[in-house]
Amino acid sequence: MTVDLTHAPADEAFRAEARAWLHAHVPPDPLPSLETEDGFAAHRAWEAELAADRWSVVNWPAPYGGRDATLVRWLLFEEEYYAAGAPGRVNQNGISLLAPTLFDHGTEEQRARVLPPMATGEVVWAQAWSEPEAGSDLASLKSRARRAAGGWLLSGQKTWSSRAAFADRAFGLFRTDPDAPKPHQGLTYLMFDLHAPGVTVRPIARLDGKPAFAELFLDEVFVPDEDVIGEPGQGWRIAMSTAGNERGLMLRSPGRFLASADRLHRLWQAQGSPQSTKNRVADALIGARAYQLFTFAAASRFLDGESIGPESSLNKVFWSEYDIALHETALDLLGAEGELTDTDWSERYVFSLAGPIYAGTNEIQRDIIAERLLGLPKGRR
Amino acid sequence: MRFLLDAEQRAFADSLHMMLTAADTPSVVRDWSRGEHASGRALWSRIAEVGVFALAVPEAHEGLGPRPVELAVAFLELGRHAVPGPLVETVSAAALLADLPDLGPAKRLLPALATGEAMATLAWTAPYALDGDVATTLLALTPQGLHLSPGHGPVRASLDPARRLSPLHAGGELLSPDPPTARTLTYARLTTAAQALGVGLALLDRTVAYVKQRTQFGASIGSFQAVKHRLADAKIALEFARPLLFGAALTLAPADVAAAKVTACEAAYATARIALQLHGAIGYTAEYDLSLWLTKARALRTAWGDPDVCRAEVLSGDRLNGDRRW
Repeated sequence: MTVDLTHAPADEAFRAEARAWLHAHVPPDPLPSLETEDGFAAHRAWEAELAADRWSVVNWPAPYGGRDATLVRWLLFEEEYYAAGAPGRVNQNGISLLAPTLFDHGTEEQRARVLPPMATGEVVWAQAWSEPEAGSDLASLKSRARRAAGGWLLSGQKTWSSRAAFADRAFGLFRTDPDAPKPHQGLTYLMFDLHAPGVTVRPIARLDGKPAFAELFLDEVFVPDEDVIGEPGQGWRIAMSTAGNERGLMLRSPGRFLASADRLHRLWQAQGSPQSTKNRVADALIGARAYQLFTFAAASRFLDGESIGPESSLNKVFWSEYDIALHETALDLLGAEGELTDTDWSERYVFSLAGPIYAGTNEIQRDIIAERLLGLPKGRR
Repeated sequence: MRFLLDAEQRAFADSLHMMLTAADTPSVVRDWSRGEHASGRALWSRIAEVGVFALAVPEAHEGLGPRPVELAVAFLELGRHAVPGPLVETVSAAALLADLPDLGPAKRLLPALATGEAMATLAWTAPYALDGDVATTLLALTPQGLHLSPGHGPVRASLDPARRLSPLHAGGELLSPDPPTARTLTYARLTTAAQALGVGLALLDRTVAYVKQRTQFGASIGSFQAVKHRLADAKIALEFARPLLFGAALTLAPADVAAAKVTACEAAYATARIALQLHGAIGYTAEYDLSLWLTKARALRTAWGDPDVCRAEVLSGDRLNGDRRW
């Protein structure tokens, strides 16, 4: 099979169908910010609209609300989605982090119960990984899950829980065997209700003041056995097994950056194509193209049956730094207007600043690249 | 869509890599730098035998081409081994000659380029040509047209000692008063990008090997996070240049090719800076072989379109990949 960048006619037909639907449905004006109560509700309603025509989770199997789209079709859908200026995805945590875990490690009962309401936005998910004393060193986490009749009792504190201010449920790792010999042993992957008795959610204001994440205080919160994913004690392996897989490809699609680069290019032209920012705008266009082609290559390898693994660390550092550079260029192009928060670019800039921190800091990613891709010896962090 | 080299292309890369490894290219480079071309000419013949130059020559003129993806594969390996000579110039000259409205010059000059009996250089975007003292087909492209130059002027030293630069004499046979040049520039930039990516990959490999064995403070310096992170950055830059290179080889859109050129050259140059720093003083010596790649990374950055020129090309293109919106 020869190297080829053209898409199959059936894939292009899928793209055209997505484009037509988006053209007819994308709201003409941007929704209010996802990180506000009103905006959250509006984005939840948008998820329902997507789901009604089975566009919310195109790569999932049909029984759960998807279209069985291949990875390539998912990439084409994402290109069209962001090119159309469609809203941000309020259930991204559920769709790109929890769902792949359920596909790989959940039971059929769990998939049938959890996935359809995720696809419609009826249940929006928050992640609950970090703790005040466990960030990059996630395996040192201390929140406990203690055996109880028919389930577990959660106690402890989680933090930086994205979307938790307004979300319905959360998923994360809890220590079920405090006597396990190593920190990453004795952890269990659990789903829990953010409105259950014993849960206190304290929203945290992001840099721009919006409650984009929250602290969770858990005091004897009951979780039934049916909400344990995989075997108790296997949580670390389960959480990590899909971390470098297609999820590494799917966390941020190239479509998002292709659309951002186009918007920046248009802004630059609207500002009279100033020479001073010419190279930075060109770099935004080039970077989006590089990320698209890098992803096509990774997707091709994945379709050949290869696993993606530590390569996804290259990907994560690239897009997160790219995204900041692009938005910095936009604010610089806006000149004195760049500091105003009511421009099209302000919230996107603030959001981009978090990229090198979440989903494994870029320092951790560089360690992974050096040790697992370049073969350098482990050392002190 | 299948954006992966096929088995044959990978095998071609592997066989070139093995052949060039066995050829001890560093000593060839050092001979070449002194103006002693015998070992370099012998290597040139072997590169021609495996078909590299024929990839740029159309079948009508006894070549196998044009095969841009395979050229990118080959030039990546040539860069990885720091092979000296007017490699890019020979490929670009083939594109230029093949496109002339008059078939005569192509018929006369291309077959020997394909077989490696002839070596071409080209003076066009710079006031000098690479390796004019050894090339046998001297092409000068000026507003007066394309001439077969009668000879070269004094050799000027480049920062990369393997690049011997000289002006070409004016006059000589007029091959074409107004030759089409778009493909010439495309092939020059594409193969320079591939060569630069190969240079960068070699610099990274050598530096990774060095920091593993170099011990300070009782530990391999490759275990230090400050060292690891710089090498991780080099790896990221190079691995994102690679898909741009092969994407450009497939589309041949000028904006894609310019994007690949600037990205590969900047990645290679950034890697050169990191390689020099992490080697410390030994890297700053001419006698240590790292210098063969360090200096080439700098020279390729401005050859056939400096970073600014390439970025301008990207912005002037409708879209990077030409035929559809993104």
